[in-house]
Amino acid sequence: MTRWLRAFGAFWYDFVIGDDWRGAAVVALALVMTAVLVHVASVNAWWLLPAAVIAALGWSLRRATAAKP
Amino acid sequence: MNSLALFLTVFLACAVEAVEALTIVLAAGLTREWRSTFQGMAAALVVLAAAVAVIGPALTLLPLTGMRLAVGGLLAVFGLQWLRKAILRASGYKDLHDEAAIYTRQVAAAQAATGGGRRGVRDWYAFTLAFKGVLLEGLEVVFIALTFGANQQNLGLAAAGAAVAVVVVAGVGVAVRAPLSRVPENTMKFAVGVMLTSFGVFWGAEGAGASWPGNDAALLAIVPATALVALGYTALLRRARATRRAGVPSVERSAA
Repeated sequence: MTRWLRAFGAFWYDFVIGDDWRGAAVVALALVMTAVLVHVASVNAWWLLPAAVIAALGWSLRRATAAKP
Repeated sequence: MNSLALFLTVFLACAVEAVEALTIVLAAGLTREWRSTFQGMAAALVVLAAAVAVIGPALTLLPLTGMRLAVGGLLAVFGLQWLRKAILRASGYKDLHDEAAIYTRQVAAAQAATGGGRRGVRDWYAFTLAFKGVLLEGLEVVFIALTFGANQQNLGLAAAGAAVAVVVVAGVGVAVRAPLSRVPENTMKFAVGVMLTSFGVFWGAEGAGASWPGNDAALLAIVPATALVALGYTALLRRARATRRAGVPSVERSAA
């Protein structure tokens, strides 16, 4: 049962998050920060998530290609 | 987002997945035997239908804001994954997706595998190969169709986009009886990555409470902007790769 659960979790991790978990972490952090800025500081931070996604993509690509010829 | 964009996005994404599933099914059916392959396909379709029957109505019960936050975030992460792979392929850092090569590998594996039946299935290898292929590719179809349909509150149209894609690809596959290697899959994957990321960003930010300038019309800027960023990264990586391969450090080149 434990093995099955682990395999099930690994499948969904690979399905949604894939090779680089950092992208998912940046998106999650940006969503939290957007919510905080909107609801706590009353700042309409629509720009935060797109900026974070562009940065996360660049970071992830840089890491993926750094060691490759 | 208008209905056409919803339909086209789901259609494109599902067509790509259907082409990949078709390659596996053809390898199993033509190399092993069709009856077990069809049984595997049917079993996978039952599982997928059950997933849709459970998740679909559950999604429609969620409050729209919460759903947009969760689904938008998931789509943004999922889209980033597609876009990352598509950019790496387009810039030469990752092998292009080649259905003919995948088909050849699957056929070789199917020919080498031992035969034998189990649990009322004549050829267990063909059954499991078709089952896994259709289930894994189908899960992506289900995920995309449900998230797009539920967020846009038009599950019917999203399901229609997915169904038309599967029917078209299956029809062409039956007609040519070969993997659809001429389909511009890499370009389609690039486009799907752009769409998934764009809609994920749009819905995610809305779900977090932000209001887009121009409301839904903001998508008309987000989608091309995402495409431009992706193309820009591709061009940068291509140039960096060419420079590296030429053996000239990029610093020296820019100084010259």
